[in-house]
Formats: sequence, structure tokens, C-alpha cells
Amino acid sequence: MDTGFLVAAAMFLQLAAQCGTPLLFGTLGGILGEKAGNLNLGVEGMMMMGAVTGYYVAAVTGHPILAAFAGGLAGAVGALLYAIITVTFQGNQTVTGLTLTIFGIGISNYVGKECTSMTLPASVREFYAPIVVPGLSKIPLIGKMIFEQSSFVALAIVLAVLIWIYLNKTRIGLNVRMVGENPSAADACGINVNLYKYTHILAGGFLCGLGGTYLSVVYITRWQNDLVAGLGWIAVALVIFAIWNPVRAIFGGYLFGALRSIGLVLQNTQMALFGYEIKLDPQLLDMLPYIMTIIVLVLIGIQKKKEYQPPGWLSRSYYREDR
Amino acid sequence: MQKKGLAALLCLVMMMSIFTLAGCGSTAPKETAAAETTTPAAATGIAKDKIKVGFIYIGSAHDGGYSQAHDNGRLDMMATLGLTEDQVVVMEDVPEGADCEKAARDMIDNGCNVIYANSFGHGEWLANVAKDFPEVKFGHATGIGTYDLPNYSTYMGRIYEARYLSGIAAGLKTQTGKIGYVAAMPIAEVVRGIDAFTLGVRSVNPTATVEVIWMNTWYDPALEKTTATTLLNNGCDVIAQHCDTTSPQVAAEEKGAFAIGYNSSTLDAAPKAYLTAPLFHWGKFYAADVQSVIDGTWKSQRYWEGLNAGVVALDDLSANCAEGTSEKVEAAKAKIMDGSLVIFSGPIKDNEGNEKVAAGQSLTDAELESLQWFVEGVIGSVPKSN
Repeated sequence: MDTGFLVAAAMFLQLAAQCGTPLLFGTLGGILGEKAGNLNLGVEGMMMMGAVTGYYVAAVTGHPILAAFAGGLAGAVGALLYAIITVTFQGNQTVTGLTLTIFGIGISNYVGKECTSMTLPASVREFYAPIVVPGLSKIPLIGKMIFEQSSFVALAIVLAVLIWIYLNKTRIGLNVRMVGENPSAADACGINVNLYKYTHILAGGFLCGLGGTYLSVVYITRWQNDLVAGLGWIAVALVIFAIWNPVRAIFGGYLFGALRSIGLVLQNTQMALFGYEIKLDPQLLDMLPYIMTIIVLVLIGIQKKKEYQPPGWLSRSYYREDR
Repeated sequence: MQKKGLAALLCLVMMMSIFTLAGCGSTAPKETAAAETTTPAAATGIAKDKIKVGFIYIGSAHDGGYSQAHDNGRLDMMATLGLTEDQVVVMEDVPEGADCEKAARDMIDNGCNVIYANSFGHGEWLANVAKDFPEVKFGHATGIGTYDLPNYSTYMGRIYEARYLSGIAAGLKTQTGKIGYVAAMPIAEVVRGIDAFTLGVRSVNPTATVEVIWMNTWYDPALEKTTATTLLNNGCDVIAQHCDTTSPQVAAEEKGAFAIGYNSSTLDAAPKAYLTAPLFHWGKFYAADVQSVIDGTWKSQRYWEGLNAGVVALDDLSANCAEGTSEKVEAAKAKIMDGSLVIFSGPIKDNEGNEKVAAGQSLTDAELESLQWFVEGVIGSVPKSN
């Protein structure tokens, strides 16, 4: 392999990670909620709410960390609406999630009218600009992907690892999983089921909001209508693709991010296999994340391995007196 | 049970707020007793204070792109003709479907006697209304036919003329000789723009190439940036675009490269990268068209004008442009306007080496409207439509 290819591949991987980061945030948010037994299809809406709020705060205050926090909070507010309906009032989770998506997109575009003429202060853009780690960024292939990125990209990775440790290695994390698997049993153990559901749905919303903020403040750096443009739905699929594992979500997010850009990279490249010219169809590539998710769903259905199954009580309401 | 009811109520509130919010966005149509619609228009014209103009936009009037350019045109028209705020009705985010027909009928109920719709897919729905209201004038931006209706026009700007000029700026700026082009969908309008841009580039830099990547979507801000970054990774150092947002310009700025915008002046989005942008000045058309309704001289037409009519223009060149750009652009502009430079005049080869336009010939408007090949210098291909 010549060096030109290596350089091109390194830059491609760097881009794939950037494309995958909003997906990773959305996926982590989805995993937190689903581990507590709540399927939240409002990821897209919460990302939009986070995107517009984060952008507004960044543009007005010029404070990058405050902007991220505000974006996360906006996502959590969306999640709170969802939690009130599905946990307290035991409403249908699917319908409520869909409603939250429609609501989130609508209100964000409405609020966003104020933002179209705003620009981000240089302080914010510089704060989230890619940080080049001397030396390490020169590692062939993966150097740029890991060591020449915005701090926001790194944040997603750190959070994914922390959430994995939290869910799998702490007592509270065990309780969360119990709530998602069997809330009656959790209730019988004295675990406050609704409190657990609320906190994790809200934390999930916060992460989705961060994903939206990444898009508007770090990646696109300008407010645009319908800016999330369907990434939230890919994140919903990614939760399944990652089989509810936050660390696998890093791999999945980056893979799906790469799939979003590989078609662009290869569009003008002639490829041949056994003498036949291959032309990758962009529409086909767009379908790949969903096809792969379906394949994973089928595989985990066949496998019947316990740790590969969705949380047992996923998308069902918990009635204390019910049997 | 009470909890269930409350849950339903909350859902309802969320749903309702969307509709009310959407409503707030547009100028609320006012209930006025509309006598104008019954007045026969004919050649006598309509008194200026009786004019009421409806605008149907595919997007938000604040989208910072296509619909906003139309809305700026509306404001220019109002200023030029001296119309008041209650003489216009604006409907935003109108999808290309039956909603467009409903919007147009609502506008007529509110007394509009001129109606414009700004998206390609609005056409057939607008035509349905035009059939029922022969005394109301209709205008359809980017449309390709008037449905043989005497009260229906299409209008478009020859933006490719401005793209040719922006190509000059790009051709003079590039150091690597590689320019990237973020392209939305493979239709003739986009292909024509790429070809004109490339001809402009090569008029000052005969060896430069323009690499095109198709996104196959009209709108995806994140993908626009990803596409631009891919082009930059391929070695391009100037990025041009036929897509709606400033994302490609931001990508260029982050990589220390340069960019040509589109639709609106966006120097503030990428102050270190922005060179210039081809712009629409729809106000020129709107003002002339509404004036002709007032004068009673309005006729169904297929309006397709360029730099000469002022309906398209190149934005002011930024300080990022190479030295001498201004002179070359002005010279070409003057030649296009006096007719001595015809952009699509031969000899022109396509990018597979076939001669497409012979010396001494040039493409007709009909050929331009169905252009499906790239000129020499473009890296990329127009996907075959099935």
C-alpha cells in the first residue's frame, strides 16, 4: 500500500468519527432509557431541541461549556415530557416517543427562526476545534481519528466507557438493569422503580441533547432548519445494532458514520472486482445501516443468548398491582 | 383513569402546540371582505391599493437560503412599488402537494390577485387553482410549463451566468488546481451550473479540474459538510456548492481552504474562506411582474433572465479573492451582458472527450433545460436516470 492511500484512509477515518459522534450520543441516550425499560423514539426530537438550545446559548453567551450544558438540559426537558406520560401516566411508549420527535422538530424550527441570523463567536469555535496531539496524531491510519479531534468527540468516547462501567460494574447499574428486566422484582427488592426510570430517561435525554449540540455548535457551526435530518432515527437503530452495549455503540456509531461518508469518497473512484466494474449505488449505501440492524435483530433472535436480548420489560408500562 | 386522561391531554397539548407554533410563523391571513376577486382584471389593470400578493414558500422565510432569497425579493418588491404590509400574504413551509393548492385557495379567499409559489413541485397544484380563478395571476418559480393557462407564468433566473463568474474567482484562487463542487441532485439545473462554473474556471485556469460529488438529497446540513470535507481530503482547495446551507464553506474554513457560497451572502459564516457567491435577486422579477398587473400589461410568459435583467448577480468579492479577480470578473460580466460572450458556445467537449458543441454553435435554451453531460475538466459523472 502506498502512503497516499494511508493518508487518505486516515483522513477518512477522522471524518467517519466526526460523522459518528452525534450518532454515538443519541445511541448512548437511547441505551440508558432502554436499560431502564423505556423505549424512547423521541431521540430525533430531543437532538433537535438540544441543537437549537445549544446553538442559541453558544451564540448569545459565547461560552462553550455552558452551551453544551444548556443543549443537554433541553434534551432532558424533552425527555421529562416523555417520562411524565410514559412512567407516571403509563402512556404508550411508542406513540409518546413519536409525538416527542414531531414536537421536538417543530418547536426547534420555530425557536430556530431567531438563530438563523446568528453566528457563533470565535471563542466557541476555537474551543471545540480539533486538538492535535503531538506525535500521536501521526500514527498511520488511526492517528487522526483518535488524536486530531474536537474535545466533544472525545467526550462521547469517555461517556460511553463510563456508562458501560456504570451499568455493568456498579450496584446502582445493576438496579437499573433490574428495573428494565423485571420491575416487579426490582420493586419487591425496595428499588424505587419510577425514580430509576425518571433519572435514566432524563439522563438519556441529556445525552441526546448533547448530540444535537455537537451537530449545531461543533460540526455544522450554524443553525439550519431540520438540522438533525434523520440522524436520530439511525441512533434508534444503533441501540439495537450495539445490542444495548455502550462500548459496542462506539464501534457501531463510527461504523455508521463511515457508511454515511464512504459513498461520497468512492463516488468518483473506479473499482473493479474480478474484472467487473463495481458502482456503489448511494441509495443502497443509505439503506445499509437499517439492513444491518435488521440482520442483527434476526441474529440475536436466533441466538437466544441471554446477554444479547433486549431488556425484558422494554416498552411495557409497569403497574405495581399487575401480575 | 384520571391519569390516562391527563396523559392524553399532555399528548394533545404537544400536538396542538406544533400547529399553533407553525401558525405563528406565517403572516396570519386577515379576514377582509374581498371584493377584488370579483373584479374582472383584463387589460385595464388593478389599482395599486387593490393589489394583494400571495407568496407560497417551500421552506422557512428565514432559512438563510432559497426561500429567504425569495422573501428578500418580496421585501424589495414591496419597497420598489410602495406596497403596505397588509398587501402581501406569506405562507411558509408549504409542502409540494395538496397543501399548496389549499394555501393558494386560502389566499384568494383573502383577496389575493397575484400568487407566487417558489418550488418546482408546487406547479400542478397551483395550476389546479389557476384553472378555477382565471382573473388571478399566478407565477411559478423553476417551473417548466405554463399548462397552457393564460393566467399562469413560470419564472427563473439564469444563475449559471453568475456561476460562470464565480468560476473565474475560484480558478484564480486555487493553488492545487483542484476545485471541489458539492452537488445536490443530478438534474439539468445543477448540471448546467456545474458546467458553467467549470467553463468559468477554465477560462482563467485552463488546466484546473472541478471534482463533483453528488449528495442525492436537496437538504442535509451535516451531509453537506461531510461531502465538502471529502472533497478537501481529496486535495481540493476551493469548494463550490449547489446546496442550501453554509456547511461546505465552514468545512473549507476549518481546513484553511476557500469557498464559493450560493443563494445568499454568507461572509459571516466563514470569514476566512468565503470568496463570493452567485445570488438571485428575485425582487427584480417580482417588482416588474406585479407592476405589469397594475398596468394591465401582464401576459403569461416563461421568464428566464440573467445578469442583464439583474435577477441574478455575483455577490461582492471578498478580500479573500486572489489579486486581479475583480478585473477579470468585471470584464467577463460586461461581455456576457452585451452578448459578446455566450457561455455555452462551442467548441465544447464533454469530459469523455466527445465534441458536444461545434465551433461557432451554441446550446439553445431547450438544450440547456435538459443538459445531462459534464464539460471537459469536470471529474465525476451524471448518474443515468432509469
